[in-house]
Amino acid sequence: MTMSLLRAENLTKTYRVGDIDVPAIKGVDFAIEPASFVAFVGPSGSGKSTLLNMIGCLDHPTSGTLRVLDVDIATLDRRAAARFRGEHIGFVFQDFNLIPVLTVFENIEYPLRMVQKWPTEKRRAQVLRLLDAVGMADQANKRPDQISGGQKQRVAVARALVSQPKLVLADEPTANLDHDTAYRILELMKKMRDDFETTFVFSTHDPKIMGAAEVTFTLEDGRLQDGGHHV
Amino acid sequence: MFDVLDIASRNLLRYRRRSLLTLLLIVIGMVAVLLFVAVAGSFKSMMVGQITDSVLGHLQVHRKGYVASIDNLPLNLNMKPGMVARVEEGLKQSPAVENWSPRVKFGGMFSNFAETTSIRVNGIDPAREAATTPLLPGRMLDGDKAGPLVGKGQIVIPMLLARGMKTRVGDTVVVVATNRDGSVNGKTFVVRGILESVTGPGGRDGYIHIDDARELLRMTEAEVSEIAVRLKDFSRLDQVDAQLKQSLGSLANKEGKPVIEVHTWADLSPFANLARMIDLMTLFIKIVLVSIVLVSVMNVMIMAVFERIREIGTIAAIGTSPSRILLLFLSEGLMLGIVGTVAGIVLSLAAIFGINLWQPTFNFGMQQNLVMAPTIAAGDVLTIAALVVLVAVIASLQPAWKASRMDPITALRHV
Repeated sequence: MTMSLLRAENLTKTYRVGDIDVPAIKGVDFAIEPASFVAFVGPSGSGKSTLLNMIGCLDHPTSGTLRVLDVDIATLDRRAAARFRGEHIGFVFQDFNLIPVLTVFENIEYPLRMVQKWPTEKRRAQVLRLLDAVGMADQANKRPDQISGGQKQRVAVARALVSQPKLVLADEPTANLDHDTAYRILELMKKMRDDFETTFVFSTHDPKIMGAAEVTFTLEDGRLQDGGHHV
Repeated sequence: MFDVLDIASRNLLRYRRRSLLTLLLIVIGMVAVLLFVAVAGSFKSMMVGQITDSVLGHLQVHRKGYVASIDNLPLNLNMKPGMVARVEEGLKQSPAVENWSPRVKFGGMFSNFAETTSIRVNGIDPAREAATTPLLPGRMLDGDKAGPLVGKGQIVIPMLLARGMKTRVGDTVVVVATNRDGSVNGKTFVVRGILESVTGPGGRDGYIHIDDARELLRMTEAEVSEIAVRLKDFSRLDQVDAQLKQSLGSLANKEGKPVIEVHTWADLSPFANLARMIDLMTLFIKIVLVSIVLVSVMNVMIMAVFERIREIGTIAAIGTSPSRILLLFLSEGLMLGIVGTVAGIVLSLAAIFGINLWQPTFNFGMQQNLVMAPTIAAGDVLTIAALVVLVAVIASLQPAWKASRMDPITALRHV
């Protein structure tokens, strides 16, 4: 039996809005194995982003346990959570979220430069490797405003992978892309999973995209509708 | 740290116009302060120099109680020779003292045989007086500027008196004075020269030889009204003043009471209040500079944080530590401060250099055509520069702290 990369047991998250408790995740259990390609699917407001935020150590559960790489994320304070994310988790955002003052090369380099502080030569070699892997080597010196949306998301994928994390989280990574580009990005993510053996977990509400996942968890109103559907 | 500064500089360049406007405010503030400090400081030094080097000396030593009655020039409060010798012994032992000059001061009547008016006279030893107040000979407007300031039988009179009495160099005049016993005596003098007036006490006095003064006042012994002291280093005035007050203040009479008092030029001249006012204005203008830097940098940094909330959320999500985010924004404030300071210093020094080339003149009291020659000490420049950079960093602290404490989820959701 392989050890799970992610394991959630009776996980809940409740937000307090004024005097009212609003449950976002209601007692969820799941496990995700290493090097898998997983999608959390469901309509808007079903709790996908809340779940991804907790997996990404950006938020704490209200109750239950969530272990990421065998670490109970509820035990991490702000600083430790930042360090954990920097070392083990990559992020791909819906709006790409590239830093506008940095070039494509520098955006990919950022986690190695400002978070992990790799030596310059090693850093450069790793960034070039990722640029090549995502097919952006010829755009390395351009700024984000000089490339297309699909290219931006390729850069974002490269940035998420550059520090060799065990897990990459992508919240609606294709929402701002046309279908063709969206498929290409998902193919790229899958290839990266194959090349780097990194687990990809993404959320989507687009039925056409969810078919790309190898395992899908369907969320509805904060509850999992199945135990993980293997495609 | 270089990585942080690199990204901080690019973020500043991202909003070029706003960064430039902030820099402009810092530069204007710096230039205003440095120019004011240079011009006001040089004016103050020049005026203090005029007063100390041509009239008062840096310090003065009197018999106890003399200064309280100094307007009357009381002859009964002159120092006796024994006391003078003890004071001179004390001055000799102080390595900070360069020279001193004994003076006999009195009020008398000045007559050109047609008209009579009052005059305040200093009896001086010309060589020692010139060594103690080296600018005094330079005040001679008319008369032979070479040689001793005044010889026996000669008098140097202030310009206003010469004009009022229509007296010229070479004229014979009479000075009449009442001695300590109340008897009146007169002596004729030849006008040796006419002195330019200066602001402050003693600035319109006449000068005769100290031996003539003692003869006129029928002194039976070598009394002295005051001893003007010149220091080797004027910047150590307060320190030497304290030392002399301690050493000379211990001289006591038979009853054990102190007989000597020591005063700095600032205790004796009302110009010291003007100098203090200049210092106060300098302080206020520094406060204005601090306010300008504080408000402008804080404003630009608050805007920077507000406009980059999603970006802050992104870098926080991908693992940038809160302290690193704090450092990123503090560095932006630091760079604004440093660049503004450097530009301000360069422009200020260029302006000071330009003023020194231009050599504008101004009038102060009776003194005409004084050349403005602003200078600024490196210490002043460094202090003001450090202040501006420090304030720029402090102004960035609150926005930077806010950025570093931002919740990544909230920041990422920000529209």
